[in-house]
Amino acid sequence: MTPTHGLTIAVPRGALFDGTVDLLETLGLDTRELRTNDRKLLFEEIGVITMRPSDVPTYVEAGAADIGVTGKDVLLEQLAQRAGEHGRDVYELLDLGFGRCTMVLASKAASGADGADPALESLRRLGVMRVATKYPRIAARHLEETGRQGEIVEVKGSVELAPLTGMVDAIVDLTATGTTLRENNLVVREEIVLCTARLIANPVAHKLKAAAIDALVSQLRAMPAVGVR
Amino acid sequence: MIHPIPSGTRDVLPQETGEVRAITDTLRRVFDRHRYGEIYTPALEYEAVLARADMDEARPAYRVFDETGAVLVLRSDMTVPIARVVATRYAESSVPLRFCYFAHTYRGVRPQRGQLREMLQAGVELIGSPAPEGTAEALTVLSAALDAVGLKDFRIGVGDASLFPALMESLNVDEAAREGLLEALVRRDFVELDMRLREAGVAGEAAELLLDVPQRRGGPELLADAPGPAGEAVVGMRRVYELLADDVAERVIFDLGLVRNIGYYTGAVFEVYDPAIGAPIGGGGRYDDLLGRFGRKLPAVGFALFVDSLHQALAGEERGTGVALAGAPAGGSRGSLAVRAADSSDGAR
Repeated sequence: MTPTHGLTIAVPRGALFDGTVDLLETLGLDTRELRTNDRKLLFEEIGVITMRPSDVPTYVEAGAADIGVTGKDVLLEQLAQRAGEHGRDVYELLDLGFGRCTMVLASKAASGADGADPALESLRRLGVMRVATKYPRIAARHLEETGRQGEIVEVKGSVELAPLTGMVDAIVDLTATGTTLRENNLVVREEIVLCTARLIANPVAHKLKAAAIDALVSQLRAMPAVGVR
Repeated sequence: MIHPIPSGTRDVLPQETGEVRAITDTLRRVFDRHRYGEIYTPALEYEAVLARADMDEARPAYRVFDETGAVLVLRSDMTVPIARVVATRYAESSVPLRFCYFAHTYRGVRPQRGQLREMLQAGVELIGSPAPEGTAEALTVLSAALDAVGLKDFRIGVGDASLFPALMESLNVDEAAREGLLEALVRRDFVELDMRLREAGVAGEAAELLLDVPQRRGGPELLADAPGPAGEAVVGMRRVYELLADDVAERVIFDLGLVRNIGYYTGAVFEVYDPAIGAPIGGGGRYDDLLGRFGRKLPAVGFALFVDSLHQALAGEERGTGVALAGAPAGGSRGSLAVRAADSSDGAR
């Protein structure tokens, strides 16, 4: 039996990769190949599959992985948008504490003497705020919850570019240190939500592999870095 | 020419129809053997009538107007229409009443894995039979039905919808916070549950219990050391368990956190799992208050199997994809070559 009790784990490539692999190593998993071979996707002998973070809920929901690690930002983006609509059917078991980032609304630093936030100015004069983001649902929900009308512009690449070209008034994006925002002359106007890495589970695996999942969760919970009791 | 059909709906061609029919015929025989009479109800109902039930996430999503301006909805389950039938057509009849159905239901889901907007359900309703006997009968029929269709590795998760609310009540959780806590549990978002407990000022042993109890699942030994405040629900589960025959009992997994997202459940709730598919293939439970809302106060229990999911699970088990819990796409390998030949001869894609 592997140190992960025979479970298949979906591991996110990218910003959360190192934190996740560190955690798996602390559990006693042999992670050498996982760290060195970034082309391989399936590590059957240690029960690990790797993918982009936004795909983790998809694989876990389908049961192709029993559990997985992904950011709260990904989970929020894939949540049900309205009541009655289903979001991703995965269980959220633990806040793993690492990968801390904040989802923020940012706009250009004021250039003129009036010092006005261009997004607020647009809202005041035009009645609507144009927002570029890779997280259209989170952005739309935030504007709705704060009672403002918005026009969401979905982009796939560097979001910072959108307000600099005048295409939009503001952006909604994830920031860890704020460096990229500052470098692009953008100012955080609102903090929407704090996001960390989460451990998620497939609902059926949570029942049929209860002992294995519980053992893993209690091992993880005992680690100092993991935020929840 | 390619003509589209609405997202979340499907055409079912002869090969698949044959396989699905084999499943539903078998289920019908089992329901019949247990004396459940098959009924049909209209796919369209008055919105005002169905609105008597508290359906939460399963509420009807499609509405149309008739020529008089009345609002009609496409039914989103069969339990509520059958409650209407019982109050209307069986107002004086002696109980228990036993009904089964094979019917399409309509929900406004975002179509993705296994979530269709038009979904074929096969189920039973047992009206006028209280816990624990009625619950045990429903579990027995459910287990017999799944055995009969040849599903090997299924398990039935059994919980109680009243357990967590009772736990919150006995631990004096602030009433304003309860709905949010329950909502986090319905989504099994234990991180949010923990956060909301802290926000509600629940600490120490109470918080430990509220976070730990709904994560307990396993065999009957679970019921022995459940904490006092969960007592009544747990006693109820134990009574049901004692009434089950061995072959049914061994299929049961107790799950103290099982809360289905439909508001009318009052007591025991079930969910059916199979390792070949990553989502439940059916569910049900007790709804002891629902009939009363339609004018005939009777305890009741029922379950529904999602026929397409059941079909996928059977196909998955056959292909041995069960071990990795990998889901199987629709259209399995169960059909005979003859059926497949007939299918291709009519030129269907």
